[in-house]
Amino acid sequence: MKDQRSREMLDQDIRRWVDKHGRDRSALIAILHNVHREYSQVSAHAMEEIADYLGIHPVEVYGVATFYSFYNAEPKGKKVIRLCRTVSCDMQGKQNLVYALENRFGIRFGETTRDGKWTLEYTSCMGWCDQGPAMFVNSKPYTQVTPEKLDAILAE
Amino acid sequence: MTDRKGPIIFRPYTAFSGMRKAFEMGNANVLKSVDEAGLRGRGGAGFPVAMKWKFALADIKEDHTGYSEERFIVCNADEGEPGTFKDRVLLEEYFELLLEGMIIAGYTIRASTGLIYLRGEYAFMWDRIKKIIIRWREEGKLGENLDGKGFNFDIHIRMGAGAYVCGEETALIESMEGYRGEPRNRPPFPVNAGFNNRPTVVNNVETLCLLPHIMNDGAEWFKKIGTAESAGSKLLSVSGDCGKPGVYEVPYGTTVQEVLELTGAVGVKAVQVGGASGVCLNDHEFNRRICFEDVSTGGSIIIFNTTRSMRDVLVNFLGFFMEESCGQCTPCRYGTECLLDGVLQLSRGEVNGEYLAELVGLAETMTIASKCGLGQSVANPFHSIIEKFRGEVIHG
Repeated sequence: MKDQRSREMLDQDIRRWVDKHGRDRSALIAILHNVHREYSQVSAHAMEEIADYLGIHPVEVYGVATFYSFYNAEPKGKKVIRLCRTVSCDMQGKQNLVYALENRFGIRFGETTRDGKWTLEYTSCMGWCDQGPAMFVNSKPYTQVTPEKLDAILAE
Repeated sequence: MTDRKGPIIFRPYTAFSGMRKAFEMGNANVLKSVDEAGLRGRGGAGFPVAMKWKFALADIKEDHTGYSEERFIVCNADEGEPGTFKDRVLLEEYFELLLEGMIIAGYTIRASTGLIYLRGEYAFMWDRIKKIIIRWREEGKLGENLDGKGFNFDIHIRMGAGAYVCGEETALIESMEGYRGEPRNRPPFPVNAGFNNRPTVVNNVETLCLLPHIMNDGAEWFKKIGTAESAGSKLLSVSGDCGKPGVYEVPYGTTVQEVLELTGAVGVKAVQVGGASGVCLNDHEFNRRICFEDVSTGGSIIIFNTTRSMRDVLVNFLGFFMEESCGQCTPCRYGTECLLDGVLQLSRGEVNGEYLAELVGLAETMTIASKCGLGQSVANPFHSIIEKFRGEVIHG
């Protein structure tokens, strides 16, 4: 029942976003952006719906959704932590955060907690090299992160 | 307000003065002025801006008739080069200067639409910059009959979603059209057939931010800053082992040593200029100058002190390229993986130093055979780090 209802909600939302951004191919990324922000995943069903509206094959949507590292086709945690692994953050103590985050959640980078709340991932340069180490919680950046600061950041 | 200081962009500026000066001068004189200023693109490649604009105007006849086509000015705000964050600062602190720059560029190439391609990592800025654009529309500084000058121009934001390769202009256009960000074959170039197959000029955030100042103070003034081939200033994003990391605006021709002094860096072993796709300099080369004639960069400066392992640095860069290769062409998709694997094998002692020669050959092949700048530039860090820190890469 719950699944049924959330699918209907998804369908309604997609319709709303298609109306907002248009049915042109160039609207695809903006629509994916909305779907991802609201549902933290672009499911196969969402891809089919979007493809229908834009008049393209679902595989086209799949190709785009899987190309960009900020979209995911597979379910991930409600909150995705993306830690910058580029060299400047690396030099500012990134590895200590890796240990702290893995210990805290009991998972490795690339994995999601069993309760579906958290995913740990790496990301390429975030553009905060002067204030590293940096990480995203969903799309919000945090800088000069230390293991001690994690409590406060993750409680938000 | 900010307390930043610099010769051009980080200098005091009266809002709207550059834009209004441009309207007074007229399209042709703006183009002439940018041409005379010798302004080159700040994204890294250094292509002459006026030349790019002229290409985009090629279909317009002398009497200014015959063009009904829509054309676009695109602001490339997809800085993804490791160690670069100057555009973040410009977007956060100088966004209205950027809008003026886009209006000036749009006015000159007779575009009616400006698009800002904002990297997914900067999505947190969306609400703030969107509000500024809306306010400008309400104040009549964007939209129809802009500022009462009979020129129609509006600006929209397009989002990226975490793909380094989209900084390449044809990949960026693919992405804006709703496709995978895979670079196109060129020709046709974007200036002839870009976004929606219309003439499109793609300029860097920093390049556009320079325009209002060039309008105000003129080409001669601009040329006095910098060197013969590299007029003006460059924003440097400095990170790594230094006391004061951050964004600095320096005139072209500034030496690496001067940058190290400015940022309080001591005990420096190596400096990576230009990010992962740039070159590594050792301590004999700190007298090199940052300019198009010598060491050219989009602005990334990463400093390494004597405690750092240059093998770790190389492995980090190669991992970055492997992750960010779009996978479209084989030399890049497979080559990046082979190079990383080769260096890791070397570090585990599974192959000897001679294998390195094979890897160098592979990097050369990638430069020749890759489709876009991503695969072509992997050899830059690879060759320069191996050449200068060979022993360290082999023996750790």
